[in-house]
Amino acid sequence: MTVVDSESRFHVLAVDDSLIDRKLIEMLLKNSSYQVTTVDSGSKALEVLGLTDESDDSSSPSSSCPDHQEIDVNLIITDYCMPGMTGYDLLKRVKGSSSLKDIPVVIMSSENVPSRINRCLEDGAEEFFLKPVKLADMKKLKSHLLKSKQQHVAPQPQPQPDQQPEKPPRNPEDEEAAAEAIPDGIVSDCSCCSTSCSNKRKAATMEEQEGLSSPERTKPRLSSTTSSSLAVET
Amino acid sequence: MAAALTSQLHALVNNMFATGLLDDQFQQLQMLQDFSAPDFVSEVVTLFCDDGERIIGELARELDKPNVDFDRVDSFAHQLKGSSASVGAQKVKNTCIQFREFCQQRSRDGCLKTLDLVRTEFYDLRNKFQAMLQLEQQIQACYPKH
Repeated sequence: MTVVDSESRFHVLAVDDSLIDRKLIEMLLKNSSYQVTTVDSGSKALEVLGLTDESDDSSSPSSSCPDHQEIDVNLIITDYCMPGMTGYDLLKRVKGSSSLKDIPVVIMSSENVPSRINRCLEDGAEEFFLKPVKLADMKKLKSHLLKSKQQHVAPQPQPQPDQQPEKPPRNPEDEEAAAEAIPDGIVSDCSCCSTSCSNKRKAATMEEQEGLSSPERTKPRLSSTTSSSLAVET
Repeated sequence: MAAALTSQLHALVNNMFATGLLDDQFQQLQMLQDFSAPDFVSEVVTLFCDDGERIIGELARELDKPNVDFDRVDSFAHQLKGSSASVGAQKVKNTCIQFREFCQQRSRDGCLKTLDLVRTEFYDLRNKFQAMLQLEQQIQACYPKH
């Protein structure tokens, strides 16, 4: 087990199908002194984590992976829009696995779709970053990493539920809202990741056809959702 | 010699910011580059140039088909939008946003016009990026490596 220590390096698994974005996130994470592994797909991420594509195998993690690596991952940061397994699918797999569910997952997306953001946060994502991810966003990761290791969750009410995450105080209990998720609300479909490409232009209504039947929420409760999802740590 | 080249480089990059070709995301990249990764910006820029060229080719190919698959076109435009956003290529990114709207509208004409625009803007940006990288190399050549 990794020692919880400010000097020890956290290991982040970054998942993105775009090579440029992988390079960028790797650089951002290394700049913050994290150890980084990058993969280009959700299925590769699962391999690294010791899960197979088919099943949530927590009892024998290495049974289907002959070269299973005992990699200790402290945080997963994943692009939402990826062909095959989306970031959301990966999130569900991780949260559905007894061995992995406590690993914090952060979702990145180039698109500001409130229903998407809400769904990710409600289904266990710690944070949602709007791309391009910036240096300032990296500071938000630390608190999730520390919290997951310590398993102490003090449900804090959101002190500053809105904008300007450019100067976050370095306080693990102080959560910045995902303020980047409220810039120029261009609502459009993510055509590259829809399994049955529903590419119709509907303003924030059922654009994801990922086999989920969750109803649409048209109210982007971004800041409150962030704090509430953090308070209800699984 | 290095001083003259350096001021040329700064003038070029400043102009790219001033004309809206680049936005502050490019500054983020510059800030990330350090001694441990001195080629970070040039690597990302080069990747973008290669990737952009490839995607524009795909877009042209798709729009040339008798039955245009607008979802596919949109997917490529989305990719280019993503990578231009990531490197700070503001103009190209904004044109990609327009592009996607024409995809949503299933407008072949709109897509073709926007493809022309994105191609022009991309090549302009690429030329300037290449000039930038060349100047950087020339500047580095002024200093002997250890």
